[in-house]
Amino acid sequence: MQHIYPEILQIRSNTLQAIRGFFLSRNFVEVETPVRLPAPALEEFIDAIPADDWYLRTSPELHMKRLLVAGMSRIFQMGACFRQGERGHLHNSEFTLLEWYRTNADYQTILADTKELIRHVAAEVLGSTTISFGEITIDLNLPWLCIPVKQAFQKYAGWNPIENFDADRFDLDLINKVEPGLPKNRGVVLIDYPVEAAALSRRSADDPEVAERWELYMGGMELSNAFSELTDAQEQRQRFEECAAKRAKAGSEVYPIDRPFLAALEQGMPPSGGIALGVDRLIMLLANVQNIQEVRPFADG
Amino acid sequence: MFSAGDLRKGLKIEIEGHPYVITEYTFTKPGKGQSIYTCRIKSMITGQTHMKQYRSNDKINKPQLEQKELIYSYKDGDMFVFMDDNYEQIMLDESTIGDARFFLKEDIEVEVLFHNDKAIGVELPIFVEREITHTEPGARGNTATNVLKPATVAGGYELNVPIFINEGDMIKIDTRTGEYSERVR
Repeated sequence: MQHIYPEILQIRSNTLQAIRGFFLSRNFVEVETPVRLPAPALEEFIDAIPADDWYLRTSPELHMKRLLVAGMSRIFQMGACFRQGERGHLHNSEFTLLEWYRTNADYQTILADTKELIRHVAAEVLGSTTISFGEITIDLNLPWLCIPVKQAFQKYAGWNPIENFDADRFDLDLINKVEPGLPKNRGVVLIDYPVEAAALSRRSADDPEVAERWELYMGGMELSNAFSELTDAQEQRQRFEECAAKRAKAGSEVYPIDRPFLAALEQGMPPSGGIALGVDRLIMLLANVQNIQEVRPFADG
Repeated sequence: MFSAGDLRKGLKIEIEGHPYVITEYTFTKPGKGQSIYTCRIKSMITGQTHMKQYRSNDKINKPQLEQKELIYSYKDGDMFVFMDDNYEQIMLDESTIGDARFFLKEDIEVEVLFHNDKAIGVELPIFVEREITHTEPGARGNTATNVLKPATVAGGYELNVPIFINEGDMIKIDTRTGEYSERVR
């Protein structure tokens, strides 16, 4: 049985308008990139849904970076993305993703944007700087807590994933030990991930064992993932190839490597920061509901 | 074999040769990480529950389960004797039958669940009828259904019944809860 909640859809509409207003007032250009594409970004644990001979996008990331190479400097996009087999109270196989990118910027620039964005949207939608989320009250006036992944794991899980990375243990401990321990009354940012979990982020110049990546948690819920973008074509190609090998070994479908994207990196991408933020989850916070299906009409169910 | 993506509430799985049913299920996926399926599983034999987590690439055994309709015949010592469609006799012991033993009666049809050809559970019809063999008389004219008193039915099972039920009455018992359901006219 599909439920429609008109009052939540009003909050949804207000949120989308507030997000657009935020970026437009800061001279970002709203872009639209293909939803159906021949080569979805190769990631070890993200599966694309086939569409004809191509795939539905799992994120607009690679196309948006090509726009940066083409000379755009501040861009944002909000739209549907699709991931196979992701269904739960925080996941729907079709979901709305917000991504924005800036050139001559890094993950710290994006972090400053994100703090402003969340405050702006809460003020526009709720008229408040506090968010009630279930039994939690999130106070946006409190400074966000930035915890390096190394410290968070040492504190809550008792080991250092930067020194000895173990992918299986990392994911399980993140869910079972680290996330439940994080404060919930303010924004919490896990920052500086092991390079093995870098995805498409660049290595830190200060510490080559960590990648310039952060994840934002609000009310204990993971909301977004940001990078200082990897711009080195050769390293990017190598990561794609390693990822393809891991997927093949796991018996997962291996998507073709996005050659036009690599060609764009070879042409030269300016240093950039970028982020993906789950719009449905942001709406869950603002509407104070615990299930993603309640903020999306006609969700998977 | 099931893959982790098949897991859902109600699915029956097998771990180390033991059948379980999933009673609670949560999907989580940390950013860029693998999917993690957290399940509360209940043993189909002992009823005990515990938590179990699976990752995207895990494979899970499918239990070989078969449901058969059997007719109860009689009790032979400690064993309960049933008959299948082909008039073959099947003997089940008291621990397999569990609480259902209170409600077995000649010619009653039950569903028996087999795991690897071994019976692991008996499902009765939802309602069975029984005659009250003993209960204290209730106050005359009291038809309240929320005031209960103890009673014993044929076969020795004890339960609480409304105050207006008398010895010799036929009642319906809900076998899922073991509780009184209604008086049979």
